[in-house]
Amino acid sequence: MNVHEYQAKDLLREFGVAVPPGRLATTPAEAEAVARDLDAETVVVKAQVHAGGRGKAGGIKLAGSADEAKRRASEILGMTLRSAQTGPEGKAVRKVYVETGSAIAQELYLGIVLDRAEEKIAVIASTEGGVEIEKVAARSPERILTVTIDPNVGLQPYQVRQVGFSLGLDIDRVRQLQAFLGGLYRLFIEKDASLAEINPLVLTEGGELIALDAKLNFDDNALYRHPEIAALRDPEEEDPREREAREIDLSYVGLDGDIGCMVNGAGLAMATLDMIQHCGGRPANFLDAGGTADKEKVKEAFKLILRDPNVKAILVNIFGGIVRCDLIAEGVAAAAGELGLEVPLVVRLQGTKAEQGRRILADSGLDITPAETLRDAGEKAVAAARGAGG
Amino acid sequence: MAILCDRNTRLLVQGLGRMGQFHARLSIEYGTQVVGGVVPGKGGQTIEGLPVFDSVRQAVKQTGANASVIFVPPPGAADAILEAADAGLDLSVCITEGIPALDMLRAKNALRGCSTRLVGPNCPGVVTPEQCRIGIMPATITRPGPVGVVSRSGTLTYEAVDQLTRLGIGQSTCIGIGGDSVVGTTFVDVLSLFEADPETKAVVLIGEIGGTAEETAAAFIQAHMKTPVVAFIAGQNAPPGKRMGHAGAIIAGGQGRASDKIEALEAAGVAVAGSPAEIGETLAKQVPGLAS
Repeated sequence: MNVHEYQAKDLLREFGVAVPPGRLATTPAEAEAVARDLDAETVVVKAQVHAGGRGKAGGIKLAGSADEAKRRASEILGMTLRSAQTGPEGKAVRKVYVETGSAIAQELYLGIVLDRAEEKIAVIASTEGGVEIEKVAARSPERILTVTIDPNVGLQPYQVRQVGFSLGLDIDRVRQLQAFLGGLYRLFIEKDASLAEINPLVLTEGGELIALDAKLNFDDNALYRHPEIAALRDPEEEDPREREAREIDLSYVGLDGDIGCMVNGAGLAMATLDMIQHCGGRPANFLDAGGTADKEKVKEAFKLILRDPNVKAILVNIFGGIVRCDLIAEGVAAAAGELGLEVPLVVRLQGTKAEQGRRILADSGLDITPAETLRDAGEKAVAAARGAGG
Repeated sequence: MAILCDRNTRLLVQGLGRMGQFHARLSIEYGTQVVGGVVPGKGGQTIEGLPVFDSVRQAVKQTGANASVIFVPPPGAADAILEAADAGLDLSVCITEGIPALDMLRAKNALRGCSTRLVGPNCPGVVTPEQCRIGIMPATITRPGPVGVVSRSGTLTYEAVDQLTRLGIGQSTCIGIGGDSVVGTTFVDVLSLFEADPETKAVVLIGEIGGTAEETAAAFIQAHMKTPVVAFIAGQNAPPGKRMGHAGAIIAGGQGRASDKIEALEAAGVAVAGSPAEIGETLAKQVPGLAS
């Protein structure tokens, strides 16, 4: 789960990580008031959306007075911010963060991630701050330092010194980094983050280390033990269909094709998308109905798929292990009947109770095309979508 | 012969909720020696005909169990894994989906140097056809034979096994290693076990987008394996930055793409099926004479 910069900075403050003073504003008048309270020579007005590249997209502006902060906020609030990370449709800006401007001497990079390959936690540091770390990694990998931390031992002072000296900091700054990185690491562990990125980490002209920007991602699987983090979720930032799917415990990702898919299991669901493409069609979505799919869930899944106006055909592909095909079939028949399905439907049932499931569909009197194998299912779905598309 | 489990495996079930009970019953019906259950606070009771113990250590002492399957919900799952290891089991298979990543990271690091092999979490389990079923796989689609199957996915494993069985090609052991970012047993672990197993004549490897497990497997195959390997990689058309269900299935920062994995596997001499419908056919073509 992602959070906004202002939420991330609140958390950083809580863990003793230095950030510039600042507050959230939702109207130009509020932005003006915040700027007045900050009483700084320069303030920065920053669009709050879940996407990087805000500066280039016109979502971050400087202001030399409270009055100017108000004008800048009115320009940013309500704009549609388009950057490489938002996609062409962009993101509407509903909130701005107003903070004290910093006199920047140097921009650095500092991040903490779960290192899958090493099965440890990695601290990543670079003197190339303010640019995407992936770009630095591709262009000048020697500029990136990775320090590996055993989660059962924790971050050690010598590791912080390794990071600090490699960034070219003097001993006083390295001491500051102990508190800064120590706090960031504690936040990562205590709140079950999956990514904590400070980019840029700024060395100010006054010799202070401060987090100019902050990006935190949290492990969805651990939200049950962090209700305060779960409460930071901003539903406006999510694809509405993906949000709805999450609420009914389905895994859904919208795509741009015309064949709606419902599958059980993430691997088979991905393979089904591959099959459709292989047969010359284009999937409209990824949908994993999960291991607890039953009649109700199938109906909800159908509603979700049909909300996409591009869908010209639906393919249901179920390989029952935990999931019972007869229950799925009842759900499919009920959904197709009650929702007055107008697009062609191809259903493949295999595994647990597949025979019973197929019989239920055959006896339903509905116009359902049965499929035997995965290839058969892919070919029939693509043909159905073409037929419906004219 | 088989790997990881066979007819001599003595299995405990940690966590006997609805799922644990249901699959314990299916495993018993399949002929697996399920010798007991572990539910703290319910020691002394009998559930599904199984004696229940308060701890894994007690259960091992009373039943001589050497393996466990874990159905404990996410908040207690990492603890259950560590308890299984503490009791000295040879094998522990964790089915639980949704364990916090840091819990698994700590558990995985704690298991280093310990004799217990963990499979999973978030996996369908292990089946050695007609001998032993650990987990939730529909074992009826398997048939005994010479092909080892290893996969990061659940239902896609069934798809692959089903294709093999329909072609008359049986399996030595089928293993789902799980779709999470951190798993107990990796592709390389399983590949080296299959390579050492004289009765496994070929291996089917089912990978998916995200991480670098398939690339690591490719390097291992090239350097250490004589047994032929056939593969499929799911998620060839997945958009970057989107998590496709599994915690591990995300293309991030240009890493974890299906095309890179396929390229690495092909460079290691692995035949990669062009579509998920051709897994069985690709194997039959590459390694003739496996059907019986």
